[in-house]
Amino acid sequence: MKLLTGNNLRTGAVIWWTGRDWSLHVEDAVDVGEHGEAIAQAEEGARRVNGPALIDAEMTPNGPRPLHIKDRIRALGPTVRPDLTLKPADPNAGSWVI
Amino acid sequence: MYRYDHYDQAIVDARVEEFRDQVRRRIAGEMTEDQFKPLRLKNGLYLQLHAYMLRIAIPYGTLSSAQLRMLAHVARTYDRGYGHFTTRQNIQYHWIKLEQVPDILADLATVQLHGIQTSGESIRNISADQYAGATADEIADPRPWAELLRQVTTFHPEFSYLPRKFKFALTAAPGDRAAIRWHDVGLRLVRNDAGEDGFEVYAGGGMGRTPFVAALVRPFCPADRLFSYVQAILRVWNRHARRDNIHKQRMKILVHELGVEEFTRQVEEEYAHIATLGTDPPRAEFDRIAAFFAPPPFETGLSDEIDRSDPDFTLWVDRQVAPHKASGYAIANISLKPIGGIGGDMSAEQMETVADLAERYSFDELRVTHAQNLVLPHVRKGDLYAIWQALDAAGLADVNLDLVTDIIACPGLDYCSLANARSIPVAQKIAQRFADLDRQQDLGELKIKISGCINACGHHHAGHIGILGVDRKGVENYQLLLGGSGAEDTTTAKITGPGFDEDGVVDAVEKAIETYRALRDPGERFLDTYRRVGMEPFKEAIYG
Repeated sequence: MKLLTGNNLRTGAVIWWTGRDWSLHVEDAVDVGEHGEAIAQAEEGARRVNGPALIDAEMTPNGPRPLHIKDRIRALGPTVRPDLTLKPADPNAGSWVI
Repeated sequence: MYRYDHYDQAIVDARVEEFRDQVRRRIAGEMTEDQFKPLRLKNGLYLQLHAYMLRIAIPYGTLSSAQLRMLAHVARTYDRGYGHFTTRQNIQYHWIKLEQVPDILADLATVQLHGIQTSGESIRNISADQYAGATADEIADPRPWAELLRQVTTFHPEFSYLPRKFKFALTAAPGDRAAIRWHDVGLRLVRNDAGEDGFEVYAGGGMGRTPFVAALVRPFCPADRLFSYVQAILRVWNRHARRDNIHKQRMKILVHELGVEEFTRQVEEEYAHIATLGTDPPRAEFDRIAAFFAPPPFETGLSDEIDRSDPDFTLWVDRQVAPHKASGYAIANISLKPIGGIGGDMSAEQMETVADLAERYSFDELRVTHAQNLVLPHVRKGDLYAIWQALDAAGLADVNLDLVTDIIACPGLDYCSLANARSIPVAQKIAQRFADLDRQQDLGELKIKISGCINACGHHHAGHIGILGVDRKGVENYQLLLGGSGAEDTTTAKITGPGFDEDGVVDAVEKAIETYRALRDPGERFLDTYRRVGMEPFKEAIYG
């Protein structure tokens, strides 16, 4: 599956396209199929995203999981600072990345 | 240390307001990212994995207490409570919001800090020996020359659209703590037999994809002609640089392709012309700048004795404290490499603690090192115990300067959009493996340097042991290198062989170190043994 991601223009936060809007959580991301580039162009033009990119992912019982480690680190946060990730209370969050 | 005059301040203040308008226009949609990117890079603003990243220049690694307190304020107010000191004596913040950057830069400008020349195709922040002005082994403080170069090159039209980034480093000591030969231009202040000051000029060094050690292109450039000479170097590079190929744009490639002899010939020819134009700053301007770097008012008659009755303090003194040029004073190194921590990271609270210590004990001055540690450059030996106690309470009293756990590591894939592999976890695992201080002390000086990609921000080419993270079909893989140095005996490390996974490279590092222990002669460092016996025994131990 293909996910559309990027950074919030104003804050720089990592965001994922949900089909209607952007979310901070990769679990909310949807497969954009063949429409990714068109959505990216429209959203970039609307100044809602900076640096949009289409990435490969797989669907898991817990939601989409990016195939490349770089995108998984983007989705969660730095592996060396669990307290700064999106799941600071989840001791297993790091294993989702590695 | 140097203080801005009204021209300096006006330049920085104007830049803040200019960038405020550029940010406004970007957010308003009046500029595309392609249009905005070169403008934000000129102010040190990157877009990285988790957010924008702002890099702040710390000229020649010198900070005042007020400046460090401001860096703490930025960390606490605009970021997530910490900053990361880099391998070029800068600091960067990894969780920055674009809309807040103009306010951050305005705050920084009040203490004469900015993000200019920390990115883009510019002359980058000029780095220097962290002991400058304090050590007894230099002929003079090189920082006034660094400041002079900073002033004449900042916004100089000839250097505003360079083919690629360009890095200077300066020292005035025979022992090289600034890695000058790993820079585009490395400068060592020397004094000739006539008592005149000048520079040994090295050119064409750099790490990255294609490492080169800078070559000596002039053994003595009169100090008053320094700007003419470096201008000639930059002009030759600007003339020939491969602007069509990003991998060949750095000056090291030109020096390599032309050959040192031909490159030097062209520089000398250009210099002969430029020297007639009178473009060197007048001596009075250098004297004005140098006055800011006059030695602080050291007390006389102080004792050189240090009370060593506390064994933990003694361990710290013996490793972290270096000789000072003034009797009764010392240079105190502050480790930012706690075992299991993140090298170079510092919390806002720790910054404030060190700022207080610098203000109280070190003439309001501190230094940042390219090895990602801090230095209190001018402390009375009689104050060392109180300083150590305060550092200990702040979690800053680690004992590991230049030891196996004093590891340089770039932010790597945990933060950096260019990285292929994580650097910090590897550094943490190695540090934990060698946490025992007796073991570290037994191994002696051993510099491990880790980069998460070929750009080499972690200086892996210069590591006694270097580690390079690569992406092998989407999986992190680590190449091991041996035999590099960033000191006066500069060499480029060589790859041992096939790479390893994260745990495997930690094991390989330990095998290399145990090989050294088995083969070393009395007094030999790891690097000395490697140079004497060569790669083979190490390869055999690692792969055999």
